Amino acid sequence: MTENGIINISLAILFLPLLGFIVTLLLGKKIKSIYLFEILIISVTLIASIAVAFGKLSYFVDNKIITEIQWFRLSDTISIKLGFLIDNITVLMLFVVSLISALVHYFSIAYMKGDERYNRYFAYLGIFTFSMNGIVLTHNILMMYIFWELVGLSSYLLIGFWFEKKSASDAGKKAFIVNRVGDIGMFAGILILYLTYNTFSFEQIFSSIAAGKLPFNSNFWLTITGILLFMGAIGKSAQFPLHVWLPDAMEGPTPVSALIHAATMVAAGVYLTIRIFGLLTADAMMFVAIIGMLSAFIPATIALTQNDIKKVLAYSTVSQLGYMVMALGVGAYKFAFFHLVTHAFFKACLFLGSGSVIQAMHHEQDIRNMGGLRKKLPLTYATFLISSLAISGIPLTSGFLSKDGILAGTFAFGSLTGYWIFAVVGFLVALLTAFYMFRLIIITFHGEPKDLHKYEHAHESPFVMAMPLTVLAMLSVFIWYTPNPLNADQGWFFNKWINSPTLSAPNETRFNFMKSEEVKEHNSSTTEITYSEVYTEAMHSAHYPAMFLSLFVAVAGMLTAFVFYQWKKVDVEKLANSIKPLYNFSLNKWYIDEFYQKTFVAGTFGLSRVLGWFDFKVIDGIVNGLAELTRKFAFFVGAFDRVVVDGLVNLTAYISGFVGLIFRRIQTGKVQTYLVLVIFSIIILLFLFKA
Amino acid sequence: MNNFPILSFLTFLPILGMVIVLILPKRQELSIKVTTLVITGLQLVLSIILLMNYNYSAGGINDANSFQFVEKFTWINIPGFSWIGNIKIDYFMGVDGLSTPLVLLTAIVTFIATISSWSIDKSLKGYFAMFLLLDTGMMGVFVALDFFLFYIFWELMLLPMYFLIGIWGGPRREYAAIKFFLYTLFGSIFILLVMIGLYFSSMETLANGSKVFTFNLLELMNPNNYTATGILSPLNPNNLRFIAYIGLFVGFAIKIPMFPFHTWLPDAHVEAPTAISVILAGVLLKMGTYGILRVSYPIFPELTYQLSWFIALFGMINIIYGAFCAMAQKDFKKLIAYSSISHMGYVLLGMSALNTMGISGAVLQMFNHGTITAMLFLIVGVVYDRAHTRDLDAFGGLGKQMPIYTGFVSVAFFAAIGLPGLSGFISEALVFLGGFGSQTTRILAIISTLGILLGAAYMLWTLQRVYLGQLNDKWKELTDLTAREYFMLVPLTLIVIFLGVYPSPMLNLMNASVNHMVKLINDAQVFYSSIHSF
Repeated sequence: MTENGIINISLAILFLPLLGFIVTLLLGKKIKSIYLFEILIISVTLIASIAVAFGKLSYFVDNKIITEIQWFRLSDTISIKLGFLIDNITVLMLFVVSLISALVHYFSIAYMKGDERYNRYFAYLGIFTFSMNGIVLTHNILMMYIFWELVGLSSYLLIGFWFEKKSASDAGKKAFIVNRVGDIGMFAGILILYLTYNTFSFEQIFSSIAAGKLPFNSNFWLTITGILLFMGAIGKSAQFPLHVWLPDAMEGPTPVSALIHAATMVAAGVYLTIRIFGLLTADAMMFVAIIGMLSAFIPATIALTQNDIKKVLAYSTVSQLGYMVMALGVGAYKFAFFHLVTHAFFKACLFLGSGSVIQAMHHEQDIRNMGGLRKKLPLTYATFLISSLAISGIPLTSGFLSKDGILAGTFAFGSLTGYWIFAVVGFLVALLTAFYMFRLIIITFHGEPKDLHKYEHAHESPFVMAMPLTVLAMLSVFIWYTPNPLNADQGWFFNKWINSPTLSAPNETRFNFMKSEEVKEHNSSTTEITYSEVYTEAMHSAHYPAMFLSLFVAVAGMLTAFVFYQWKKVDVEKLANSIKPLYNFSLNKWYIDEFYQKTFVAGTFGLSRVLGWFDFKVIDGIVNGLAELTRKFAFFVGAFDRVVVDGLVNLTAYISGFVGLIFRRIQTGKVQTYLVLVIFSIIILLFLFKA
Repeated sequence: MNNFPILSFLTFLPILGMVIVLILPKRQELSIKVTTLVITGLQLVLSIILLMNYNYSAGGINDANSFQFVEKFTWINIPGFSWIGNIKIDYFMGVDGLSTPLVLLTAIVTFIATISSWSIDKSLKGYFAMFLLLDTGMMGVFVALDFFLFYIFWELMLLPMYFLIGIWGGPRREYAAIKFFLYTLFGSIFILLVMIGLYFSSMETLANGSKVFTFNLLELMNPNNYTATGILSPLNPNNLRFIAYIGLFVGFAIKIPMFPFHTWLPDAHVEAPTAISVILAGVLLKMGTYGILRVSYPIFPELTYQLSWFIALFGMINIIYGAFCAMAQKDFKKLIAYSSISHMGYVLLGMSALNTMGISGAVLQMFNHGTITAMLFLIVGVVYDRAHTRDLDAFGGLGKQMPIYTGFVSVAFFAAIGLPGLSGFISEALVFLGGFGSQTTRILAIISTLGILLGAAYMLWTLQRVYLGQLNDKWKELTDLTAREYFMLVPLTLIVIFLGVYPSPMLNLMNASVNHMVKLINDAQVFYSSIHSF
């Protein structure tokens, strides 16, 4: 396979789902079975992505394949380009996205059966896959923003797929708008990058930074740029404080939740952070780590008390994404990506499993009405259990490897910088995760059925639904990533595929342990930039302590769940009542939604009403007032004209008329009268002059 | 091709159509409609021919030699007497990268508005005669290169618009029509005064070497043409150029419409019939921003440079204020009208950046907003024709009842929101890149990005209120799109998608002129600062 071959297949991977979208959407009304075309397309895409991954990892494992074309130009110096950057992370992501997308397609064949907009649903899955693959393949930040918005669109369409439901259309709108808040930050970051580097290309930006060119020539602005770009990730990966849209997004069909809101799209924020990792300064990384830590912790505490099976999983997703983000913040770059991959599989499995449960229970989502389902849904139970073990970090699962790596990373970070808080929160979240996952499993699958009627009618899902569950559960086992179930470092995933990131932020802005050691290569002036040995060693020495500790907290969390819900040694109701304020705080999601509703949403609407009023009453009022004034003035001028000017004219005329009237009498036309008058006049005159 | 006066045909073809319509008997309704359709169709064909013969490398702006399809001859020439001198007005037309996109836009939007006018049933003859006269006025403004000619077309368009709103409009049509007429006329006075001031301040050198006062826009752009004492001459230390610039700007700003001169627009839109709203928002608003770029910028480059921050400020206010006002509306059409105000703010912001990206973005946004907002008004028209109400709260669930229509709605709405893949994104992104690229407008551009968020908020909220949710039983009878409505929405949708995916054809058309404009303003900076020190 040649590089061109890889590029061409990648092109196919990108555009095939778009073709599927267009065909399925346009013919959806006419041809009932057109969804099969989309199924075919996604299957081909999956095969192609396997081919690309295979080709890239076998033949070009150390290469970055970059290709670009001009999109449009404005002048000789301004040319906007589109292009691919294909490295190992790209092909692995392509595989993950295509695989989960394909599995969700198959799962949906049965799950969505009978929906009145069946074909349109598959069309939307097509445009999602297209957009997501675009994010994965892009070599520049503008193109990433473009596909970033397009996944936002597909997410909007799929969350609000059952748009007759107000809650669904509300959730779609909320997701889009909340994401846009983050996107504005990301866009501002893009503006700074373009202004500084005159390009959107990651590679060119990094090499310019490495060459010492900085936004507004300051390290501070490099930090700000990093944080602004990361804001996009806060939105898309539902990180605190923009996480509020993700739980609501559960209004969408459950397979969609698995694909978009658990495995792939929400991981795009992590992917973005991975792509821009090279330009993050220590301050920016600290910001990332804090956001990740809060996002890991807060939703984990909320997940403890939720009763909707999908809500528990949604908060768990935010929490796990927080792990990945925190991992990036503390420099555990490889493990962040590793956790992204493993989480994608086990979380997709959990969501599809919840879909299987919901389907079996006739659209019941409240776990308090379930129970004992393991007998009715043995396969769903088994796969759900495996994935739960993975997310809890129990050995032999993939999640154990990746989570252990992240925790070791926070451990190493603590020992190197003294910021132990990330490690503390990391382990605490691991404890909470194990607890709420097994709480979910025990209440749903163990014990006695609560709703007998629904329980009686529950039955295991058909093959198209069972198969994806099985595949995903199998992928949650360690063997796919490393031969050593306790140490991922020795597997191909780490040794061969995922390399340490190349850092380009100036040395003085980095954490001490990330400062580069300049290794001058002979006959070239380039410097190899690597992590310091210190970090590798710290990771190494943190590995076993972290592993045992994480295993301990995971088991502790599980056991607590069993004590509470299986063996019922503790009265949960009583416990909840004794810590009522805390319990309510968790149940009500820390009141964050209420807070936003009362401040930002109400504020925006309030301001819009005020400005609307201002526009109507004041601005338009002035216009109308001026018009009125002009009319009044015109009326006054008219009156003046009529009364005074015309009055004077009329008065003159009147006076002349009056005078005429008087003198007319004199003008009799009789000569004798005139004669008499003349004589009288003369006499009077003579009389007057005599004096 | 070279000798064919294509611009005159483009401009006066509708007048011919008007004559035919006036001759046709009143009862021949179909013939009247078909005549208009054929005329506007021909106009569209002509504009496409123009596009096919267009030379993409010619800059135009102030360079008479690189204007294309030029028609120039002396129109009015009164021999000089006393101090007034020779009165010389040229019939001077030509296009460059600034006007060609708008000529094309006018042709497209007018053609589609003709189809939309099919449902007019009140005194057809008068309507279509006025409609065609309006068409001539609009086209004339975009191709005229003589200020006097430009002004004539500018005013010519007022009259038919007044009648079209005042006679064929909604319940408060008379109020809206008078408001529109007086407001625009008010602005025109400033333009007229500046035009006369410029006329007496600059001299054009004729072929025989004699110098005469001139209305020729290109001559007015040449700083060497100004007399030493003219009131608008930069050479005159006591010149009134600053006041003239503000006056001219206000004259054009009313048309955009720019805050605080915008309140005529919502009223005009609400009362105007759908087709006229489409033209109003699609073409007429662009005349304001076009006027600024065509007249104010190259004739007063030094003031443009000095005042660019204020232009950006008003752009920002338009974007954010318009968005907030849109959010507060209850009338569907009024909401779209305010969204127009918001989106025209991007044009102002882009042009204030005075760099390639900003001005490209501004001109592209003019075209894109023209097509997108035309779609939006057609969409409101579709639902109003059926439901006879535009109250946003009266609807809900139309997506289920009218799925195909809702598909078009989604494209238009998301284009207005600036979703990538649709045309609005490219122009908005360029506006922001340009605005951020200029040091003067940087902070205002950053604040304006709030518009992206607010735009999404009010558009999606509207989408939800009208198209999503449960269907109101009242609207069970509503039918999906008719063939005629398809015919209006499909071409616009294709344009919006095409230019969103591949904007090059439109950008290539503009590039030479935009770069020329940027160079002109930067060069002028040097020139003018050599005369006075600002």
